[in-house]
This record gives sequence, C-alpha cells and structure tokens, in this order.
Amino acid sequence: MNLDFSFYNWAIVSDYLLKGFIFSLKLTGSTTVFGILIGTLLALAKLSKHAWLSRPAILYINLMRAIPLVMLILWFYLLVPLMLGRPIGAEPSAYITFTAFEAAFFAEIIRSGIQALPPGQSMAGLALGMSPLQTMRLIVLPQALRHMIPVLLTQVIILFQDTSLVYAIGAYDLLKGFETLGKNFGRPVEAYLLAAAVYFLVCFLLARCILFVKLRLSVKGLAHD
Amino acid sequence: MIKIQNVSKWYGSFQVLRHCSTSVAKGDVVVVCGPSGSGKSTLIKTINALEPFQEGEIWVEGTAVHDPKTDLPRLRARVGMVFQNFELFPHLSVTENLTLAQIKVLHRSKDDAVRKGLSYLERVGLSAHKDKYPAQLSGGQQQRVAIARALCMDPVVMLFDEPTSALDPEMVGEVLDVMTTLAAEGMTMLCVTHEMGFARRVSNRVIFMDQGSIVEDCTKDDFFGAEQSRSPRAQDFLAKILSH
Ligand SMILES: Nc1ncnc2c1ncn2[C@@H]1O[C@H](COP(=O)(O)OP(=O)(O)O)[C@@H](O)[C@H]1O
Ligand SMILES: [Mg+2]
Repeated sequence: MNLDFSFYNWAIVSDYLLKGFIFSLKLTGSTTVFGILIGTLLALAKLSKHAWLSRPAILYINLMRAIPLVMLILWFYLLVPLMLGRPIGAEPSAYITFTAFEAAFFAEIIRSGIQALPPGQSMAGLALGMSPLQTMRLIVLPQALRHMIPVLLTQVIILFQDTSLVYAIGAYDLLKGFETLGKNFGRPVEAYLLAAAVYFLVCFLLARCILFVKLRLSVKGLAHD
Repeated sequence: MIKIQNVSKWYGSFQVLRHCSTSVAKGDVVVVCGPSGSGKSTLIKTINALEPFQEGEIWVEGTAVHDPKTDLPRLRARVGMVFQNFELFPHLSVTENLTLAQIKVLHRSKDDAVRKGLSYLERVGLSAHKDKYPAQLSGGQQQRVAIARALCMDPVVMLFDEPTSALDPEMVGEVLDVMTTLAAEGMTMLCVTHEMGFARRVSNRVIFMDQGSIVEDCTKDDFFGAEQSRSPRAQDFLAKILSH
C-alpha cells in the first residue's frame, strides 16, 4: 500500500478541518459544563432522602446509562421534530443530547465522590450551625469535586472521542472534516490516519492535564490516594 | 442549662441509649467515660441533635432539642463541638476554617470574623499558622484549631468527643492544656475522654456509661475518692484505665 500525503497543505486545515474541530471542541466544552451542572443536581437528587427526588433521578440515570449514545442522538434528531412539528437541526440536537446523556455519567461520578467523603466532614458543618444545603455547597461538594477532577477529566476524554458519533445525524465535526477531505482528494486512508493522529494528540494532551492535576492535588494533601 | 431526661435511642432493634438522664449547670465540666461502644458519642451528639433519638427530652438553655419544630441549625450554632478526628475542612485555610461559619451562619462581616478567628487562634498559640492548610499542621495543632473554630461561634457549651484519642502521645498535653484553660475561664464543657488525669484535675463531675446506660453520675471526688462505693463495672473500668 502506498501512502501519499502530498495533498496535505495548510489550506485544507481552514477549508476542511477547522470548522469541524471547533464544533467538536464546543460540543465537548458545553457538554462538560452543563453536564457537570445538571449531573451535580442529579447526584444530589439521587442522594436525597425524599423519594420524590431520588426515584426520578435514579430512573433517569439508569435509563441514560442503558441506551447507547448514538441511538439517543438519532432518536432525538428524528423524533423530537415530529413532536414539535419543525426540524431542530443537527447541531442543536447534538448539544442537547450530549448534555442529557453525559449528565447521567457525571452524576454517578459526583455521587461516588460525595459518598467517598468521610461523614465527619458534613457532621462538622452541621455542628457549626450550617444548614444541610450550606454543608453540601460549602463543605462536601468543593471537596468531592476536587477529588473527582481526574475521573471527570477522563470522562471528558471519552466525551471528546464520542463527539464523532454526530456523524449519525450528519453534523460537521472533526471526523466529518477528515472524511470529506479524504473523499475530495481520493485519499480516504491517509485522511483517516491523520484523523487518528489528531484525536490521539488531543486525548494525550487531556491525559497530561489529568496527571498534572493529580500532582497538584497530592501536593496540597487533598488527593484520596 | 442542659437537661437530659429519660433519653432512649435505637438502631433498628439495638438499643444504644437506655433511659439516660442527667443535667449540666453553667460552668460545669463533666467528663463522660466508659468502655468503647457504651454510647458516649451517641449521647453527647444528641445534645446538638446530630444524633436523633426516639424517646425522652433534651433542653439546651430553654430550647427543646426533641421538638421537631426546633430550628436545629440555630441550636447547633450555639453548641460547640470538637471531634475525635478534628474534622477541619481540608480545602480551606486555617483562617477560612475559623471564619466560614461565622460569616455564613452568624452573618458576621468578614473583618469581624477574621478578627475574632485570629484572636482565638492566638489563644491556642497558633497565630503563625493562619494561612496554612490543615494538612500542613500536626494532629495536635489541628485539634487546637478545631477548638478555636468552635469557640469563634461564642458557644454556650462545648462538647468534646474523645478530643485526644487520635493524637500521638506527645501531642495530648497541648490539647488538654487548651481545654484546661477553657474550663478555668468558666466554659461549660462535656468531655468524652479517657484522660483520667484531666478528669481528676479539671472536671467537677464524672459520668460513667455502660451498654447505653448512665451507670454513675457523681462528683469527681466521689468517683475517684470513694472508689469502692462505685458500681463493679465502674471499678473494673477504673482499674483497667488507671493501670495504663
Ligand atoms: N449508625 C449506626 N448503626 C448501628 N449501630 C451503631 C451506629 N452508630 C453506632 N452504633 C452502635 O452504637 C453503640 C454506641 O456507639 P458510640 O456512641 O459510638 O459508643 P462510644 O462512643 O461509647 O464508643 C455501639 O455499639 C455502636 O456499634
Ligand atoms: Mg465514641
């Protein structure tokens, strides 16, 4: 097999790749932010002693974790417009589905982080006269999230890789960019090899971030292990 | 000031507290002792409602702890508590540990809270460490900060749950010294501790618990002086603990 990368020049980056790369990053970023916010609320709901809060949260989390992401993306893209009576577009569906899906995963990470904290910490908060909500917000969550940063970042790496699933609804992400490039130049193998290299690089850099954060946490004596 | 009346508590079918009754007057320093698992921690945590109980009544300065309508955060803000494992907040600096509840619960200004926090930090001899994080302090230092943190709330009573049990022996003294000073200043204190030297020197009453019951509740002099008139279990316990 002969590989030929001679088609490569800087113009293809802006012509084919940049748009998709930015979309993949934006999808990863917004899903991380909103997924962690909603995931935190879901985790708190699941841990609540009120069944009307915990039951729906448990149901939602289990449901999301049972469905393959690509199915959720497709269903949402195809079914919701039927219900609304108008199309919603590939990108907005991607933002909504990814956030809804990842929130369930972030919720489980955050829940285990909250439960891993020694119970004495919230007791100390309560003993000082803080309300349960204040104790959660000021004492438990800041520590749980800090311990969880490495695991949360690992989930972000998986998330970045999963953004390629939007191919199912034809959104233009990084992988789509490489695919189009390969087609137009008649060099699909080379294009996918380049794609693999770029995905590897981004994930590698994120993984380095995790190492760095772990190191910082252990220096401050905040790490679990 | 504190009145505990006929308090019982169960975990499922297991009874942890059996008809416990006692009272603590202003300025009392009461030592609670007894074998491990006898319900000492559970009993003192019922006072600030960290442990709910099914039967009986507890009054703290006129506030009914057993009443479901009682504003528990408000009650707890007036009852200082020191834990065996310090429970400083590791993500906050020493100063932030001292000021957080003052600001969030008592709604003091940050300046006032810091001033108060630093004055108590000075009294426990740790001013130099105000910007450190708990993990950078020794166990004894952490426990002194924890005592200062509780004092910042101007508590009417201080509860200590084995404050020296998690410490290396060479650090026990520095924490007991702080507690001794506090007692001398007239603070009302309930201390779960096996430090019988502290009980002898500082307390005015001793409560001995066994299997969820208060078996002895007498003055320090009676507890240590008239040992043979104590219950066999208390004598046994004393013999064991004093032989160490
Ligand atoms: N959450 C719990 N569930 C069941 N049993 C408990 C729980 N917490 C404490 N106990 C039991 O209650 C008893 C009293 O505990 P505790 O008050 O901590 O004793 P002490 O402080 O005197 O060592 C022990 O036998 C302990 O095993
Ligand atoms: Mg105990």
